[in-house]
Amino acid sequence: MEIRLTKYYYGDIPEVQGGGSNRINKTSSPSNGVGRGEASGADWPLWEVFIRSKQGIDHKHVGSLHAADAQMAIENARDVYTRRMEGVSIWVVESKYIHASNPDEAASLYEPANDKVYRHPTFYDLPDELTHM
Amino acid sequence: MTKDTLYNYTLHLADNALMLAQRNSEWCGHGPVLEQDIAITNISLDLIGQSRSLYQYAAEIINATTSPSIGGGKGEAKEATEDTLAYLRDVREYKNCLLVEQPNGDWAQTILRQFFFSLYQYRLYQQLQQSTDATLAAIAEKSLKEVTYHVRWSSEWVIRLGDGTGESHNRLENALEALWAFTGELFTPADYELEAVKAGFGVDVSALKAEWEQKVNEIFAEATLPDAAIGGREGIWMQTGGKEGVHTEQFGYILAELQYMQRAYPGAEW
Repeated sequence: MEIRLTKYYYGDIPEVQGGGSNRINKTSSPSNGVGRGEASGADWPLWEVFIRSKQGIDHKHVGSLHAADAQMAIENARDVYTRRMEGVSIWVVESKYIHASNPDEAASLYEPANDKVYRHPTFYDLPDELTHM
Repeated sequence: MTKDTLYNYTLHLADNALMLAQRNSEWCGHGPVLEQDIAITNISLDLIGQSRSLYQYAAEIINATTSPSIGGGKGEAKEATEDTLAYLRDVREYKNCLLVEQPNGDWAQTILRQFFFSLYQYRLYQQLQQSTDATLAAIAEKSLKEVTYHVRWSSEWVIRLGDGTGESHNRLENALEALWAFTGELFTPADYELEAVKAGFGVDVSALKAEWEQKVNEIFAEATLPDAAIGGREGIWMQTGGKEGVHTEQFGYILAELQYMQRAYPGAEW
């Protein structure tokens, strides 16, 4: 006798039977930024998120998310990245405003520093009270 | 007598939070975008947290009394716990207002329901902080920070949808039509609320109405919506009954999903 086991995951439940989205109109125009599918966050710009974990520390890049504007980006960042007490301050910046160096130029940009150890402040004794150096 | 009132009042606050949490949690995995899926689920978890504190307190009250009139919360168990209160009561024993049990509908309806309720809960908890009952006052103070964010988040979405596209504006207006008749109950005190005010630990909800409506209209103006109470909605019949256990037909479905596991496998743990 053949026994077939079918495993269902939560995502396998058809949308119409699922709780939240039974009335969402799938054919809504893409300009309607709150629908599903094509009209989803894909048309919202990407934002980079920086979190300061406690006072006195600088903001660190933690990831990115989609949002319609800066205010929504901060709230989304609060909900996505600070749920486990990771932060006390949030910066967001639209990803398109971040300019990056070209990896192909890495050799000329960074390697000249390799043999200049005298630029490191390793010849000083740091007092114990100094942290975060 | 006062113990019964305190129990019913606490349960009413807890049921409001739990039922809205349960409704919001239906969005989990179905949110319009990932970030908002997480946002609405976060709010759900905040509300479950509030309901837990309140159910724990209600269980304490019920276990310390011999009053037969509030014995239902124990279910078949010997001792009431937060779980017996959440999972083992029947429809008529739930005291949440009708607004929070309304179906999610589309995103606009979920947002507007959250907005109406959070704004109400904000005023309520603000005053409950001055309750003569120290436990209720402490729970209110702790919850208020969460609710402040819920108000901010839902207000912004109301503005975003109302002042967004024609489609989103229409959806928000439809949501207003669907939900407005359930807002009156928030400010219509049940017997145990009146007794709670008299006893000093409750909040007079009827006094919250004017300020609530003013704030709603402020946000509505920004969202390019007309005042909430005009345009065919003035003098409309307000549905009531939820606070006394008389719920809309939606409620059975919520309980079925909420209680299925505990009813099918009593005491199940994992």
